[in-house]
Amino acid sequence: MKILVPVKRVVDYNVKVRVKADGTGVDLANVKMSMNPFDEIAIEEAVRLREAGIAKEVIAVSCGVAACQETLRTAMAIGADRSILVESDVDLQPLAVAKLIKAVAAKEQPQIVIFGKQAIDDDANQTGQMFAALMGWPQATFASKVVVSGDTASVTREIDGGAETLEFKLPMVITTDLRLNEPRYATLPNIMKAKKKQLDVLKPADLGVDVTPRLTTLKVSEPPKRGAGIKVADVKDLVAKLKNEAKVI
Amino acid sequence: MAELLNDRDLKFLLYEFLDTAGLSSRARYGEQSRDVFDAVLDTACAIAQEHFAAHNAEGDANEPEFDGTVVHMIAQTKTAWDAFAQAGFLAAHWDIEEGGLQLPEVVLRAAMAFFCSANAATTGYPFLTIGAANLLRAFGTPQQKKLYLAPMGDGRYAGTMALTEPGQGSALGDIKTYAVAQEDDGSGSGSYRIFGQKMFISGGDQNLTENIVHMVLARVKGDPQGVKGISLFIVPKRLPNPDGSPGERNDVALAGLLHKMGWRNTTSTVLSFGEKQGAVGYLLGKRGSGLGHMFQMMNEARIGVGLFGACIAYRAYLLSLEYARERAQGRLPSCKDPLSPQVKLIQHADIRRLLLAQKSIAEGALALCLFASSLVEDQHSHPDSACRTQAGHLLEFLTPIVKSWCGKQGCLSNDMAIQVLGGSGYTRDYPLEQLYRDQRLNPIHEGAEGIHGLDLLGRKVVMLDGACYRAFRASIAATLAEAAPYAALQPLQAVLERSVAKLDEITAGLIELQKNDPDRGLANATIYLDAAGRIVASWIWLKQAVIASACLVKNPGSDEAFYAGKIQAARYYIEWELPGASVSFDLLAQNNAIPLDMRDEWF
Ligand SMILES: Cc1cc2nc3c(=O)[nH]c(=O)nc-3n(C[C@H](O)[C@H](O)[C@H](O)COP(=O)(O)OP(=O)(O)OC[C@H]3O[C@@H](n4cnc5c(N)ncnc54)[C@H](O)[C@@H]3O)c2cc1C
Repeated sequence: MKILVPVKRVVDYNVKVRVKADGTGVDLANVKMSMNPFDEIAIEEAVRLREAGIAKEVIAVSCGVAACQETLRTAMAIGADRSILVESDVDLQPLAVAKLIKAVAAKEQPQIVIFGKQAIDDDANQTGQMFAALMGWPQATFASKVVVSGDTASVTREIDGGAETLEFKLPMVITTDLRLNEPRYATLPNIMKAKKKQLDVLKPADLGVDVTPRLTTLKVSEPPKRGAGIKVADVKDLVAKLKNEAKVI
Repeated sequence: MAELLNDRDLKFLLYEFLDTAGLSSRARYGEQSRDVFDAVLDTACAIAQEHFAAHNAEGDANEPEFDGTVVHMIAQTKTAWDAFAQAGFLAAHWDIEEGGLQLPEVVLRAAMAFFCSANAATTGYPFLTIGAANLLRAFGTPQQKKLYLAPMGDGRYAGTMALTEPGQGSALGDIKTYAVAQEDDGSGSGSYRIFGQKMFISGGDQNLTENIVHMVLARVKGDPQGVKGISLFIVPKRLPNPDGSPGERNDVALAGLLHKMGWRNTTSTVLSFGEKQGAVGYLLGKRGSGLGHMFQMMNEARIGVGLFGACIAYRAYLLSLEYARERAQGRLPSCKDPLSPQVKLIQHADIRRLLLAQKSIAEGALALCLFASSLVEDQHSHPDSACRTQAGHLLEFLTPIVKSWCGKQGCLSNDMAIQVLGGSGYTRDYPLEQLYRDQRLNPIHEGAEGIHGLDLLGRKVVMLDGACYRAFRASIAATLAEAAPYAALQPLQAVLERSVAKLDEITAGLIELQKNDPDRGLANATIYLDAAGRIVASWIWLKQAVIASACLVKNPGSDEAFYAGKIQAARYYIEWELPGASVSFDLLAQNNAIPLDMRDEWF
């Protein structure tokens, strides 16, 4: 069985992003970039499935600028067997990425595609779902536990009230939540080995996918500053304030 | 959590200021390239953030304790050690045949920079282990390497350097620890019994590893007094079994822990060797060459201490920068409207001065340390033998400066970081006060500042007939020539050129004076060191400014803010800090003897 894992290159989670003065976006000049943390979890899960003898091959795929090759090398240092870059300088939106992954999946024929539940840069939380819809596959989003046996998988999902466990038939989509696993580091010996692993580069045109953006960003601004807190007398007071002042209930 | 280092700056230093990517053209590094180096740095950064930075304050608040039998330390220390070891950092730079990856020295040190910034105290353990293992690699017999190297590379054993004694610190020639040769037990390993006390030994005991390999300086009984009688010994805490597993306890006892101002999570130990029958030790390298051998580790450790100085300053700089960008306070002198919004601290000229001074020290020190590491690299792997020699000479001259300038200026920089935060900087709610305490060690260990002044002026400038000094002068001259085409750098070039000429004159005078009157000639060595440090730092800044200027000419508009920041920091350092050297030069030129002539009874 093959597992495909899409990985995204994003601003490192330790970076404090700053909104550009002209409101066109956030300032990405000179900031550290790394693999989206949810995607690291996805790679880790796929590698564990291979180590357990369930999967035969783990393929990492990234869509974006040439520098995404670094992210793919990291994925291979964590344990992916090979990787594919769909290279494009266009601002790729979730639907475009979902279509590109669909085209890659058509070639590779994976049984499971594991996405991160969202990317920490735009927090869209859409790509996995859109891909599942395009493929007509079942989707297990926000996974915190995955058990694969034969052609089914039992996935525990994080939901508002706690967790639920569902059975799925392969092929399927999984999107990872934080609790799924703790990804290993790319160790130095594995970084050296990853250099020798295969990395293929394709263009969206090779896959016949139109990646033109469908959404336009009007303006990006800082979230409003949080005001000082206040002390409430009791629960009744709290509920009243939430109702009348904050107007959230 | 704030970043540990500015990633853009680190990449600038490695790939623009230094040609680290070019190392892959050397046979030793043929398999490697920039993407490998970057991936190594990413792993270093991630582990440093998650497993080192996260417990820096906790390790400071809960220093290790000795209950009479074992040492207790916070559990995160062991997790951090394991993560560091398992990622492969302890052996990364070793040869393939030794079980390493042949990672270049400069990349290893750049990776270490993340750990130094995240948590100096916990980083002390791997730092010393890497150094001790390097001694074994250089001087160990095949059998010694077989027993100790593999477990020091995978993190089962840690290493220490045990030089200092209760009675001897700076003057190691007078150490009292001694060794008695044993009747040959037939193994041919030449064992000794070691007796004596060592003090301040970092990592001398801990609960991280199953064994500790002490690198101990001692005098074989009957060998001459002074430096020539000192030998180096391997003294394990537990005697390894032939299969490498740790066996019975050696006669090395922890007499106690010292309680320190900073670096609290590094155990500082007093060790007793030979309270019973004598600690079993094995001669490492040549008998009587112990200090020389140890100097190999110490030279490397000195650059390492410089790096700690650089990174502790760097972290405080980044934290104070972040604070100054967020805290609103007051208005500019020109604004009289009380209803107008307050400005951010960074809008105040005086705060920008404090930040710029820190930038010039922190980034300058990191540049200097990585430059020194690249010289270590060139000394060993440069394909051209003349370049290898030249790198070695330059490194000899720079080492005392790398060690001292980074720590000394680092203290000033950490002081300014606190100032930027005002009252908050003085509280324990922010990490600045801890960083300030941690930084204070760097001008003391690995040779106190005064000792490096003596090393520079008493040894390095005359060493090899002045070859080391000449190597330094040639390097500065090259940078001065490179700066000439850039109009904005010409004033800086002119000031630095004059200062270097002055340094030549002062140096020649002091060398002469030392010949007739060494006490007078070396009396002011520390201010000579300070002045030389300012010149070296100015040179390192001018070098960075030349590269920044070239990039701005080549790709106007690209990365402009970053490069403009580099040029401004170079201007700041050379216009504001280099002049401090002139004050020292005046005193040195007069052979001013006020401190020398001051008498004990006048105090
Ligand atoms: C936290 C910490 C960790 C340490 N870790 C280790 C370790 O792992 N292993 C180890 O072996 N040691 C270690 N040391 C010891 C350290 O290297 C010594 O403290 C240092 O070398 C200075 O020696 P000393 O303390 O005996 O001071 P002294 O030698 O007594 O010096 C005191 C002062 O006198 C000055 N001075 C001394 N001699 C001269 C001279 N000839 N001319 C002019 N000035 C002079 C010095 O510059 C210094 O300012 C550590 C120390 C500390 C504080």
